[in-house]
Amino acid sequence: MTDEATPIPDYPFAQPHVLEPPQEWAENRAKCPVAHVRMPSGDVVGLLTGYDEVRTLLADPRFSRNLAREGGARLSNTEDGGMFSRRNPGATDIQEGPGHQRWRRLLSRAFTVKKMEAWRQRIQGMADELVDAMMAGGSPADLRTALALPLPVQVICALLGAPSEDQEKFAYWSEVALTLTKYTQEEVDTAQQAFLDYASDLVEQKRAHPGDDLLSELTLISDSEDGRLSHDELVSTARGLLLAGHETTSNMILKMTALLLAERERYEAVVADPELIRGTVEESLRMDPLAGVGIPRFITEDTEVGGVPVGAGSNLLVNMAAANRDARKFPEPDRFDPLRENNSQHVTFGAGPHFCVGQTLARVELQVVLGTFARRLPGLRLRDKPEELRPRDGVAAGGLQELWVTW
Amino acid sequence: MKITVDQEACCGSGLCVLRADQVFDQREEDGVVMLLEEAPSPEDFEEVRAAAAGCPTGAIRLAE
Ligand code: HEM
Ligand code: SF4
Repeated sequence: MTDEATPIPDYPFAQPHVLEPPQEWAENRAKCPVAHVRMPSGDVVGLLTGYDEVRTLLADPRFSRNLAREGGARLSNTEDGGMFSRRNPGATDIQEGPGHQRWRRLLSRAFTVKKMEAWRQRIQGMADELVDAMMAGGSPADLRTALALPLPVQVICALLGAPSEDQEKFAYWSEVALTLTKYTQEEVDTAQQAFLDYASDLVEQKRAHPGDDLLSELTLISDSEDGRLSHDELVSTARGLLLAGHETTSNMILKMTALLLAERERYEAVVADPELIRGTVEESLRMDPLAGVGIPRFITEDTEVGGVPVGAGSNLLVNMAAANRDARKFPEPDRFDPLRENNSQHVTFGAGPHFCVGQTLARVELQVVLGTFARRLPGLRLRDKPEELRPRDGVAAGGLQELWVTW
Repeated sequence: MKITVDQEACCGSGLCVLRADQVFDQREEDGVVMLLEEAPSPEDFEEVRAAAAGCPTGAIRLAE
């Protein structure tokens, strides 16, 4: 906790190096379970960096992810306060409680382990085609444009039944939606409207020409007006899936590749032994080097976090990547170990009722990408020195701007 | 060992199925966990413990 004499530090903290976490995480974890930090909006929130604290908070259904309310902290410097404080039509009821569970169960059926495993082959085909084109274009290549963006866009578009040509539009709308300091309110409003219009048109197309895809299925459910999904909720879900389905995965493909190639023995180990693919993906997710700001919760009742009282009406921010480096959970947390026994217990996908809907899909995509690289590009290397990599600043999701590779 | 699952709390992640598909499955209509085996055989204990520890919603309880 902070007292009057210590100034409240600005957040997000600076990193010593793009692939190395800020020192403040470890200091906070040791000293204060709830550390006060100032967001770019000027609002102060309590930051959680310990594994147990983060997991317990996320798993507690009493606490709300809806910050568009009296007393909700604004994270971004735009007037609307950013992603978590924005009011989107059709998003309120499905955000928590019984409405959320109803919505979540409509989605979960499309993301079961069996359904996702059935996608693996198709994703492999898409990855191979993109790698063919990248190799034909010659070394070096920017992995973002060659694979990290198009692959997740193609996957989520195929799942939803949307055309994937518009990938640069999705990427732009999503990045603007996630602004911390990079975009103005006007840019946010324009991009929001364009993204919603796009999602709305897509739903109309599905209504006119239903196909064998998730969005057609959800449109039918919505049109049956049985109370499971309103029209606005349907459009908001389409937009949300287009955003969540590609942004984080695309980002993570670059971060994983950077982590592995910056200390190349990590990559060489996978080339030598493909059995290490799963563990290497999990360890890359755990050690996510540019994880962004984290996710907030609005505290609706007095509670305690790691022995510190937290009053109703406060706002807490959990940093998943910081929690993933808690030595109480992951001994020698800064050591990359694909054989770490509990490495899939990281909180990169959250925890509790909002645990990432798409995590099985994201894991399959990352495994396919790493497997394809190891098989086809054993000589893959970073073109630039790790300290020259450019972070994507000013965006809540963090990540890299680009990643140039050679082979 | 006796397993119980809380289908209300389950978020349908399927992580338990990945760990031990001889013990856990997901309902087709909504992805919610289904228990195939209330009393697993001793050779599955380790995987079941890992599934319970890894469940993101704490929906798997074990009585040992
Ligand atoms: C590496 C990639 C990914 C990461 C790191 C990630 C991370 C997360 C996290 C941390 C949450 C929890 C948010 C909260 O508790 O407030 C979440 C929720 C969500 N994710 Fe992901 N995600 C990824 C990929 C995906 C994909 C591929 C999809 C879609 C197909 C997706 C769809 C969603 C949705 C719809 C939610 C909201 C769930 C709810 O509120 O119940 N994500 N994700
Ligand atoms: S791991 Fe937990 S939340 Fe996931 S399906 Fe199994 S019981 Fe449900």
